[in-house]
Order: sequence, then structure tokens, then C-alpha cells
Amino acid sequence: MSRRDLLIRKLLLSLVTMFVVVAINFVLFRILPGDPVRAVIGRNVKISAEVQQSLREQFGLDKPVFPDQFFSTLGQWARGNLGVSWSLRKPVAEILVAKLWNTLLLIGLGQILSIFLGVVLGLFAGWKRKTALDVGALTFSLIAWATPTFWLGIILLAAGSSWLGLPTRGIVSPENVGKPLYTVIPDLMAHLFLPTLTLSILYLGEYMLIMRSSILEVLSEDYILTAKAKGMSHWQVLWKHALKNAMLPIVTIVALNLGFTVSGAIYIETVFSYDGLGKLFQTALTKQDYPLLQGAFLLLAVSVILANMLADILYTYLDPRVKAS
Amino acid sequence: MHNTSVKSPLLRVRHLSTEFVMPVDQRVARALEDVSFDVYPGQTIGLVGESGCGKTTTLMSVMRLLPANARLSGQVFFKDTDLLTLNEKSMRSYRWKELAIVFQGAMNALNPVMRVGEQIREAITLHKLMDREQAETRVGELLEMVGIPKERGAQYPFQYSGGMRQRAMIAMALACSPSLLFADEPTTALDVMVQAQVLELLKKIQQDFGLAIVIVTHDLGVVAELCDTVVVMYGGKVAEYGPVDMIYNAPQHPYTQRLLESFPDLARSDPSEALASIPGTPPRLTELPPGCRFEPRCYVRLEKCKFEAPPLLEVNDNHFAACHLCKGAEARF
Repeated sequence: MSRRDLLIRKLLLSLVTMFVVVAINFVLFRILPGDPVRAVIGRNVKISAEVQQSLREQFGLDKPVFPDQFFSTLGQWARGNLGVSWSLRKPVAEILVAKLWNTLLLIGLGQILSIFLGVVLGLFAGWKRKTALDVGALTFSLIAWATPTFWLGIILLAAGSSWLGLPTRGIVSPENVGKPLYTVIPDLMAHLFLPTLTLSILYLGEYMLIMRSSILEVLSEDYILTAKAKGMSHWQVLWKHALKNAMLPIVTIVALNLGFTVSGAIYIETVFSYDGLGKLFQTALTKQDYPLLQGAFLLLAVSVILANMLADILYTYLDPRVKAS
Repeated sequence: MHNTSVKSPLLRVRHLSTEFVMPVDQRVARALEDVSFDVYPGQTIGLVGESGCGKTTTLMSVMRLLPANARLSGQVFFKDTDLLTLNEKSMRSYRWKELAIVFQGAMNALNPVMRVGEQIREAITLHKLMDREQAETRVGELLEMVGIPKERGAQYPFQYSGGMRQRAMIAMALACSPSLLFADEPTTALDVMVQAQVLELLKKIQQDFGLAIVIVTHDLGVVAELCDTVVVMYGGKVAEYGPVDMIYNAPQHPYTQRLLESFPDLARSDPSEALASIPGTPPRLTELPPGCRFEPRCYVRLEKCKFEAPPLLEVNDNHFAACHLCKGAEARF
């Protein structure tokens, strides 16, 4: 099978998954208690039954949930209209997009850092198995992986702000709010440091452990012996033959994590009062802002699906066997 | 062993002993003890014996590809250099350029995510024998030589059949024109027709390039077909060593005798007769018997076999055996 066929198949599969997720998302918010008309107007405002009825008709709520409401909602979502937030009185899509960049910045930095460090550390730990380096890295990783996110966040927040004088909240200092981010990079970096560090430490452990076991498995393969027999140095064997094979499991984990970190950032963003998606979700949840939650769920699901698709595509480049099967 | 008067040996293995220190309990497994043999240019030597008797360990010891817990002693002269005294970097320049190896089965001996041609080319450019462009041409020639269309060098190992992989491995082994080729059970895990192809190929290579081959196998048919000299190993030691016709027609060591009897012979008088086997198993390398290593399984053992290890004796011209029942002068290795 050519790469093109494979990609088309993966894309179709992703679309099917997406449809199922969207359907579940739709059903989930229809079975929650509460009357949408009441929610929009306010619980205690007195209005006549006729007005309520005309509002229902205006929003299409008089029609049956399925198929009419379902498909019209789907159509709206497809056009990017995710409804209006009850608490913020703004279109949900607009709110999500605004916060998405902040979260992507945090997660992107944290993931890149933890992937790089985790892979390098895991590689060395596996290669220098049973040395002090290996034992040290292993202990650190296990602790880091087992540490609760919010706890590590709070500890780093306390330590970083009192000893290093780092800012404790937000993305930029109050005087820089509203300016384009690229004009205030030093301030941004100072604010990003602690949350990024927290995120990196948490994921570093996982990546390191997986990379270590993966490299150990690869180093015991016959083709590694062949490479050594050819007269390659340890470095050449590691770099040219072991790394690519050992990276395969990492790609899967990274893809899964990318999807889940959007939600995983909830703790970190809450602890550091970081103005991203995670904090938005938390707000939406506490205020019972259904349209916002619905949009957020949709975004989460889509990001997980996209991340998986990305991993599938990356796999076809890393492992030629994938195309054949 | 033939033509010894004219040529000097390519490889002289002298009193090679290999031990592994077990990581868990620090026990010592003595995988090889006092192994000595010669390989002359253009010669084919067969290392035979049951599994776990040290055949592969011998090859790995010579190439120094053993894990870190291995301890080597003795000498391994390649031409005039003792390979065991070299540092890692100098040793690397001998690997593949002088001593190449074809691994067992070749199922996983090729990197699954790297094109076959690329893996062959890598061996050439690694030793800086040619520039990249010349090396590409050479890869094509090597593949054609083993009967693989050169376009298929762009494919991955999973797109090859088992026999093709093994032939590609042989092409790779010849990439740097080594003077000595090790083949570690090159036909195991291949079907009979493919086995025959691979053996034919090895024979042809030997004739065309005149390189020396050391072949590890437990298939005595392969040995009879390809080799001129045989080293029979048992429990990490050389049991018998000599020209192939002597070993087959006048085996001296009881182990060699039993090994030959246990090999199917299509011409034997009664084909329905059950094959002979040697009762028992080879000794555990951590609990070797104090005397002759074959003593517990030997059918002609003497009292002293239990306590005294027999020395390697020259029972005939260039024919050696380590057995108390044999007569001869002690081998001068």
C-alpha cells in the first residue's frame, strides 16, 4: 500500500471517529438537567409562556432532538459556530481559540523539553545500564511520574517565587497585558518558566522510562550485533541503528500525551493562574456553562484524534513496515 | 592443514579461554577453555558440536563481540597481530575489513528500518574504502553477485524472503573484501532448497575469492560438503581437530564417533532403524566435571577420565584428539 492510500484510510478513519465523538458530545449535553431557554434568560425572570414558546421556535428547540436538532447542531459546529457562552456572553469558538494559543505555548514548550530530555536520558540510562547514571535517572523518573501534578506545581511555585523571585501568576505582568506576546518575550519567559518546568518534569519521567526499556530491547537485537561486527563504534551503533528503532514507542506515547495534555494542563494552569484552556475548563465547570463545556469537550476530543492521526502519519516515515501491513 | 608448508596461517587461535561472570551470583561460566586451531588462507574450517559447546562463543571471542561480563585469555593472532591485545578502536578497524561474519538465520540480523543497500553501503563507507558513489556501484555488484537484482537494494529487509536476507547478509559480509569469513549457522532456519542455494553460494565465493571461511554448524552434511578441516568441540574444549576425511573415516574421540553415528545416513542398510543418539546433555558451564568433560556421557570411559582432563594429542599428522584412550605426542600449540 502506498503512503497516499494509507493516509487517506487514516483520514477516513479519523473522520468516522470524529463523528462518533461529536454524536456523544451532543447526546451528553441533551441529557443534562436544565432548560436552555431558562438558562439564557435567567432563572428568576418572569416571562409569559408565549414568549418562551416563541424563543423555543426561534432556536429550533420545538423540533425533535433527533434528527432535526442533531443535524442542525452538527451543521453549526461544522461552520465553527459552537454557540454562545452563558457566563462570558461571547461566542464559544472565539473564547476557545483565544485561550488555545496560550495553552499550546505552554504545552508545546513543556513537551519539547520533556521529550528531548527524556529521550536523551533514557538512551543513556539504557546504554549505561546498572550504572549510577541509570539508577539515578530511573529513581528520578519513577518519582517524577508518580508525583501529583498540582503538588509539584505548588512546591515549585513556592520555591521559585520565594527563592528566584519568579512571577507566580498569569502569562505576562499586568503592565504588559494586551501587548503582542512577541514584544514582551523576557517577561513571558519568566512567567512560563515554572509551569513549563512542572510540565516537563512530569512528562520527563514517563518518556525516560519508556525510552530506557525501548533502547534496552533494541540493543539486544541481532542487527545491533551486526552493526558492531561491522566495526561501528558504540556511538555510531546507537545513533544510526538503535535510535530510530527505539523511537517508535515514543512516537505513540507523545501523540497520546499531546491529546491529553490539553486537559492535563488544567491542574498546572489552575495552580499558576495561567490564562489557558485548562483554566477556562475549570471556570466553565464551576459556573455550569454548558455551551462552553460542550465546545471544550469537542476541542479535547478533536485534539486527541488529530494527535493520533499525526502519530500514524509519522509512523509511516519512521517504520517502513507500517505501509506494508 | 593442507599446504601448510607454503602458506602461513591467517588466524592462529592459541589457548583461548572465555569466561562469563554471572551478574546475579558472580558464578563463573567457563564457555571456552584452551581452544587452539589454525585457519590458513583459502581454507574452510567447520566448527561442529552440540548447542552450547562454545562454537559461536569462539567466533564472538575472536571478533571480540562478547558482552562486558566476558573475560578472555590466550592469544588470537590475525596474521601477526594478537587481536586480544588491541584496544577497542584498533579492533574496530579489523572487524568487517579483515574478519566479517554472517549471522545465524539473518532473520533479525538486518536492521528492519533501513534499506538493505544502505546497510551494505554503510559497511564500505565506514571503513573509508571508497567514496559514496563508488560504494553505491559496489553495492549493486555485490547484490547481483549473490543473485539479488540490484534495484532491490532500495527495499527493506521485510520485503525479502528468508533466503534473500541470508544472501544479502553474505553480500554485506563480502563488502569490504575480508580475508576471513565467519558463518554462524548460515543455513539454520532456512528450508532445504534455500539451504542448498546458500551453501552453493558460499562454495562459489570461496572459489572466486579464495577467502578463508570458518563455518559454525551442527549439520555434519554441510561440513562434509564445504570443509577441508573440522574442529569438534565439546563443553567449551576442542575434542577433536583434523582433516575432514580423517574425522569422518577414522574418528578418534568417542564424542566424534557418537556424533557421526547420530547423523542420518541415507545410504545406511536399514532405513527403518532408529537413529543413534548420545544419552545425556552437555555439561552446564558453571558446573563442569573435573576430568574429561565428556566423561559423564562417555561409553568407553576409564577411571582416570573422572579426575584427569585429557590433553590434546596429535594422533596422526595434523589430526588431534583429546582422549585418554588415544595415543600420540602432545599437541604443540
